[in-house]
Amino acid sequence: MNGLPCTAAILPLLAANPLTEPVGVIHYLVVGAVLFTAGIACMMLKRNALGVLMGIELVLNGANLNFVAFASPYLQAEGGMSLGLDGQMIALFVILLAAAEAAVALAITLNFYNNHATVDVDRADDLKG
Amino acid sequence: MDIDTLLPTLLGLAWLLPLASFVVILFAGPRLGHHGKGAATVATAAIVGALALSLVAFVTWLANHPVGPAGHAEGAGAAHASADGGGEHAGDHADDHAAAAHGHQAGPHYSGDWYTLYEGGRLRLSIGWYIDSLTVLMFVMITFIATCIHVYASGYMHDELHDVTDHEVHVAGGGHLHRPGRFHRFFQALSLFCFSMLGIVIAGNLAMVFIFWELVGICSWFLIGFYYERKSASNAANKAFIVNRIGDFGMLIGLMALWGALGTLDFGDSTAPDGRLRQGLFSQVRPEVTDHALWVPDGMVKAAAADNVGRTVLEHAADPRAGVEAIESKVDGWREIGFGRWLLFIAGLGIFCGCVGKSAQFPLFVWLPDAMEGPTPVSALVHSATMVAAGVYLVGRFYPVLTPEALLVIAYVGAITLFIAATIALVANDIKRVLAYSTVSQLGYMMLALGVGGWVAGLFHLVTHAFFKSLLFLCSGSVIHACHTNDMRKMGGLLRVMPWTGWTMLVGCLAIIGAGVPFLDIGLSGYYSKDSILAQALVFARANPGHAILFWAVAGGAALTAFYMFRLWFMTFLGQPRDHHVHEHAHESPPVMTYPLVALAILAVVAGWTIGGFGVANMIEQARPVGTGLGEAGRYLFGGVTIPAEHDSHAHDVHVTASLVAFATAASGVLLAAAMYVWRVLSPAAVASVLAPLYGFLANRWYFDELYRFLFVKPVLAVAALASAIDKGLIDRIIDGLAWGAKQVAGLDAWIDRNVIDSLVDGTANATWNAGLELKRLQTGRLRQYVMFIALGTVALFILASMLFRSSLAG
Repeated sequence: MNGLPCTAAILPLLAANPLTEPVGVIHYLVVGAVLFTAGIACMMLKRNALGVLMGIELVLNGANLNFVAFASPYLQAEGGMSLGLDGQMIALFVILLAAAEAAVALAITLNFYNNHATVDVDRADDLKG
Repeated sequence: MDIDTLLPTLLGLAWLLPLASFVVILFAGPRLGHHGKGAATVATAAIVGALALSLVAFVTWLANHPVGPAGHAEGAGAAHASADGGGEHAGDHADDHAAAAHGHQAGPHYSGDWYTLYEGGRLRLSIGWYIDSLTVLMFVMITFIATCIHVYASGYMHDELHDVTDHEVHVAGGGHLHRPGRFHRFFQALSLFCFSMLGIVIAGNLAMVFIFWELVGICSWFLIGFYYERKSASNAANKAFIVNRIGDFGMLIGLMALWGALGTLDFGDSTAPDGRLRQGLFSQVRPEVTDHALWVPDGMVKAAAADNVGRTVLEHAADPRAGVEAIESKVDGWREIGFGRWLLFIAGLGIFCGCVGKSAQFPLFVWLPDAMEGPTPVSALVHSATMVAAGVYLVGRFYPVLTPEALLVIAYVGAITLFIAATIALVANDIKRVLAYSTVSQLGYMMLALGVGGWVAGLFHLVTHAFFKSLLFLCSGSVIHACHTNDMRKMGGLLRVMPWTGWTMLVGCLAIIGAGVPFLDIGLSGYYSKDSILAQALVFARANPGHAILFWAVAGGAALTAFYMFRLWFMTFLGQPRDHHVHEHAHESPPVMTYPLVALAILAVVAGWTIGGFGVANMIEQARPVGTGLGEAGRYLFGGVTIPAEHDSHAHDVHVTASLVAFATAASGVLLAAAMYVWRVLSPAAVASVLAPLYGFLANRWYFDELYRFLFVKPVLAVAALASAIDKGLIDRIIDGLAWGAKQVAGLDAWIDRNVIDSLVDGTANATWNAGLELKRLQTGRLRQYVMFIALGTVALFILASMLFRSSLAG
C-alpha cells in the first residue's frame, strides 16, 4: 500500500471493520460512494438515454447523501455560527436542479426520438466537432 | 431715410442685383425656360431693376444737390470764396454746391464702409462706397446702356438657344463643329460683368477698385472667348487678358507705393470707431493747409527720405520721443528739398499703367481690336461703352493725386493713342475693327483731355461716347446679323433694306464726329464734349507752347475720325450693292434689336445738351475733386509744365476758335469721305496705290503686332522652349531615375514580403489549422465515452493532486 497517495488518509478507516463499528459518518460516505460509482457506471455503460439519465440521478443522490452526512451536528465545530442545516439546504437545491435537469433532458430525448426513432446515445453524434 | 444712408442703399442694391442674377443663372441656367431662354429674362430684369434704382438715386441726388449753371456764370471769383473744404462728409456742404463748382471746397460726396474685411495694424481692407455726382451719373449711364444691350442681345443671341453648328471651326475628319447652345452662359457672364463694372464705380477705396478691376478683366476674358472653339477667339481672349496683366503690374506698383507711404487706400476720409479721423488719399495729398493744392504728404516724404529718418533716429538713440519730434520737425524741410516728389509721380503713373491696359492706350492697345472676336453686344457693352471706360473713370477718380508731370505723360499717351488708332481705322475693312480702332482713338481723346487739365471735358466725353459708341456697335451688329459678314467691301446700298439701322447709325456717326453748328452752339452730344476737349487742348497749348503738338493731335484726330466714320457709313449703306448674294439675304433686324438702337440714338443726340442749367457737364462739374479747379504748375520734371484751369477754356475766344477748328476738321473729313465713296471723284484704289507704302503700313496696323511678336512673344517663346527642354531633358530624367530606383526598392520589398513575412504568417495559420484538425478527433460525439473521460480524468486529477500535495493532505 505504500505507493498510494491516499494511504495516510484512508488507512485509519480501513483499519477498523465497518461492519462491526457503530453507524457513523463513514457508513453514510460508503453508501454515497457506492451510489456514485453505480451512477457513473450506469452513465458509461447504458446506451439507452433514459438509462443514462437514471445514472445521473444516482450520481446526484450519492452526492446528496454526502452533503447530508457531513451536515451532522456531531461534525460541527464548537461555536460555529451556522444554522446547522447547510448540508440539507444544498441537498434540497440539488434535488430541485435534478428535477429541472431531468425535465430538460427528457424533452431533448423525446425530440431526439422524434427525429431519429431511437434513444441510443451512441447514435446522437450530430454535434461532434 | 437720410440721404447719406439712402444713396448707398440704392446704389448698393443696384450694384448687387446683377450679382443675384449671375448666381441664379449660374445654378439654374439651362433649366430657366426653354433651352435656358429665361436666362435673358432674369438678367434683363436684374439690370432693369438696377437702372430703376439708379434713376431713383439720380433723382434723389438732384433733389438734394440741384445742379446749377456752372462754368461761365460762376466765374473764378467763387473759387476763392472759402477754404473750409476739409469736411469730406458732404452732408455738411450740401448747400454749397454752386461754390464748390470751381473752388476750394469739396463738391458734395459721401463715403463710408459697408463691411470691413480685415483690420490689423495699419492694414484695413473694407467694402465701402464713395458716391458723388460722377458716381450717380456713371451708374445711370452703365445701367441704361446695359439694359439696351441686354434687350438687344436677347434677340441677337437667339441662335444660341438651339444646337449650333459653327462654320468657322473645322473638326478632325471634315465637317464643322456642332455644339449645344450657350445662351444662358452669355447672360451669366454679362450679369457678372455689370456687377463688376458697377463695383468699380461705387468703390470707396483703391483695393476694392483693384478687385473689381480684375473681375471685369475675367468677364472680358469669358466674353471675348465666348466662341472659344475658334482659335482666333481663344487667342484674342488670352491676348486681352495677358496684355491687361502687364498694365495691372504697374497698377500694383502704384498701389504699393501709396500703401507703403500713406498707409491707406481709401479715397475719402472716415471716422474710426475710437473717434480718430482716418485721412483718405485725397485729403492727404490735398490738405487744407495748402488750400487743397497738391503737396507731397508727410508719409511719402518720410518714405523717400528713409536715410535721413534713420540718421535722425540714431542721433536721438538715447531718447526715442525726442527722435520722433525731431523727425516731425524736419519733414517740412525735406519736403522743400524735394523728397517724395518722385514717389508721388510714380504712384500716379503706376495707377495710370492699369488704366493704360484697361482703356487700351498706347502701347497696350493691341488687345482691343482683337477683342471684337466676341459677340457684338459684348463689343458694344464691354469693349466700347463701359469696361474700357473704367480706365478713364479711374484716372478721373484718382485725379487729385496725379502730379502735373504725370498728367503730361497721360496727355502724351492719349495723343499717341488717338493718332495711331485713327490712322489704322482709315484703312480697316472689317466694320467692327473700324469701330474698335475708333474706340481706342476716342479713349485717347479722353485721356488727353484729362492730361491737359480737362477733368470735366474728359469725363463728359466718356459719357457721351458711351452712348454713341454703343449705338454704333449695335448698329454694326445689326448689319452683321443681316449680312453674315464683317467685311464692308461686300456691303453697300443697305439703307433701303435696313432703314432703322441705317438712319440710327448716321446719328451715331454724326455724334462721334461732333456735328453741330458752331455759332448757334447747337449740336449732337459729341459736339459739346469734343469741343470742350479741343478748347482745353488749345488753352493748354497756349500755356505751354512747347506742347502745342497736343492741340494739333486733337484737331488732326477729329478730321481722321470724320473721314473713317463716314467712309464706314457710305461703304455700308450707300451706293450700289457690291455683293448681290449678301444683299439679297439682308433684312431689317427684329424690333427687339431696333428699339434699343432708337433709344440710344435719342441719347446720342441729347446727352450733351444743357437745358435750364442742367446738363451732364454741369453735373460732372459738381463732383470736381477739391483743389483741381485752378490749374497747377509742375516745375520739377520735363522742363516744367502748366496745367491750365479748366475754367479758362470757357473763355469766348477759345471757345469760338475750338468750335471752328472742330467744324472745319470734321467737315473736311466728311467731304473727303464723300468724294471718295459717294461722288467717286477720287478713287480709293488710286489713292491707295499712290500712297502704297503708307497704305501698307496702316493696313498692317503700324506693324505693332509684328513688333510685339518680335520683341516680346518670340523671346518669351524661346525662353519657354529652353525651359521646356530643361524640363524634359534634365528634370524629367532625374525624376524618372528616382522613380526607377523607387520601383527597384519596391520590388525588393515585395519579394521579402511575399517570401519571408507571408510564409511566417501562413505557417502560423497552417499550424493552428492542423492542430484544430487533430483535436477535432477528440470530439467523437459519443456521450458514454465523454462520461468515461470525465470519470477517469477526475480520478487521474485526484491521484495527481494527492501526489503533489501529499503533505497537506497528510495534515
